[in-house]
Amino acid sequence: MKKIGKQTILFDNPPTILECASIVGPKEAEGPLCKYFDQTLEDEFWGEKSWEKAESKIIKETVNLVISKSGISNQEIDICFAGDLLNQCISSNFGLRDTNVPFFGVFGACSTFVESMSLSAICSESFANYSLCATSSHFCSAEKQFRFPLELGNQRPQSAQWTVTGSGSAIISKTGQGPYITAITPGKIVDMGIKDANNMGAAMAPAFADTLVTHFLDTGRTPNYYDAIISGDLGYVGKDIVIDIMASQGYNIKSNYNDCGILIFDKNKQDTHSGGSGCGCAATVFSGYLYKQLQEKKIKRLLLIATGALMNSTSSHQGESIPGIAHAISIEI
Amino acid sequence: MNPVESKQEYQKYVEEKSPNSPIFKNCFNAFWVGGLICTIGQIILNICKERSFDTATSGTIVSILLIGISAFLTGLNLFNKIGKFAGAGSLIPITGFANSIVSPAMEYKSEGYVMGVGGKMFTVAGPVLVFGISASILVGIIYLIFSTQSITLV
Amino acid sequence: MGDINWASVFDWTSLLKCFVVGGIICIIGQILIDKTKLTPARILVIFVTTGAILGGLGIYQYLVDFAGAGATVPLTGFGYNLAKGAIEGVRQSGLIGAFTGGIKAASGGIAAAIFFGYLAALISKPKMKKQ
Repeated sequence: MKKIGKQTILFDNPPTILECASIVGPKEAEGPLCKYFDQTLEDEFWGEKSWEKAESKIIKETVNLVISKSGISNQEIDICFAGDLLNQCISSNFGLRDTNVPFFGVFGACSTFVESMSLSAICSESFANYSLCATSSHFCSAEKQFRFPLELGNQRPQSAQWTVTGSGSAIISKTGQGPYITAITPGKIVDMGIKDANNMGAAMAPAFADTLVTHFLDTGRTPNYYDAIISGDLGYVGKDIVIDIMASQGYNIKSNYNDCGILIFDKNKQDTHSGGSGCGCAATVFSGYLYKQLQEKKIKRLLLIATGALMNSTSSHQGESIPGIAHAISIEI
Repeated sequence: MNPVESKQEYQKYVEEKSPNSPIFKNCFNAFWVGGLICTIGQIILNICKERSFDTATSGTIVSILLIGISAFLTGLNLFNKIGKFAGAGSLIPITGFANSIVSPAMEYKSEGYVMGVGGKMFTVAGPVLVFGISASILVGIIYLIFSTQSITLV
Repeated sequence: MGDINWASVFDWTSLLKCFVVGGIICIIGQILIDKTKLTPARILVIFVTTGAILGGLGIYQYLVDFAGAGATVPLTGFGYNLAKGAIEGVRQSGLIGAFTGGIKAASGGIAAAIFFGYLAALISKPKMKKQ
């Protein structure tokens, strides 16, 4: 493991993403990626009394699923990184309390999944044979915490994004046949002064561009090196902005760039406005769709950059702007 | 052009990039739904007048009935669909006030019936009461000052 | 309680005036929603306060006389009602009336909202928006 350039880490023995699992809610099941998910739910309560409990159950079941799919036992997992959007990360804390694995709770808003994978990869270079990453989000619990009650008859702005209900989980192994995590570029916090909590794409886009440009400069790679460059959840608004910013920096990413928030929903049929968001968005799209594309060698070199908006409802009530973050992870086979 | 050159530049750029709401369609829907809700109120008002209630009582009956209907529709998970379609058309009439009380009450049911339903009921509508009632008290005091002055002046 | 004269209940001119004025007030709200980034709570506050001020100045009374429920059903009418009640309270019982009059006039609506709100929360559960 060594650092190159400003902030990129290259792995000497690239760890393998051994197995992935994903569970999504009913709306995601109606989306274009439905067939790639391991399990889809019929309703957003999943037999629980509250959305928070339902979200905990989703992440718990996703973790159980990835462990059983991988064929290893709980005891073999050396470390776990997990997080979600709810205050003090209660979904992952409560969901994983019975898992009996050493646990680090992490928060990076919607970038948490890539943050967990990056930390797992670093652990794999030292002590960990197997490490577990998991994140979740739930539309209803997120709306309740960040926005308005569900039954309030308000209109969502066109730039607003739809929090994905679901959880994705991955097991990173020290050895294996790939797909390999070859490099990570942890991002810096970038705040361009956007205050509109209904326009997260615009708030996070500069952080994404900053990390992407840094990754290219550090590694000497160009956009063509990758078959696909996928952002976490910038949505339609953020995607447009990012293409413009990258063009102004001299990079053309139009042909191989896309966004998880755009992939997961059908904009016209599902009326999700700017697309999906949330910790579960990048997690489910990667664990469901992208991981299978890598296995089938349809994508051979993937740069996944999950973005996060590092704010809460108190900060936006106090008129603070929204700091963004983006972490990049390069996955190759 | 570099959109991220400065914060001001970027905000201006984002403003241009962000999609606008379909304002004409929204205003049209708000107009006819809002007008319709008021008209239902007027019909109730007219019936009350026919039954020879006084103006104040009739107005109260209209409010209670519209609030009741709105609470009922919110409970049936229908009001948010109306609200999504009509926007201000269902928000601005008294129905919107009722919805803003009922919706957090339902939402926080999972936190219990006292601190959840009872405590969170006014998270959206509380400011409306605070500002409305405070403004009315100020109006009353100002009226008091002016009316006593006019008496002493005469 | 005799027979209701349905012709005067469905008096088209009064209903039309009510429809148009109520609709226009809602359009003002819709423009605020779409053109500013105000939250629903702030918009309701603006309307109720405006109503109370216009009511206190005596201007809103003209609109109420013209459009009936078209002016009283929107939240500006709620503010107008509070202010009107406060003024009447002052007339009847002086300073103390400024404090009691407003809520007295709006008590039916507030009590109904609390009661029906609690009732609705007791019997039903929030559901996810399909869209």
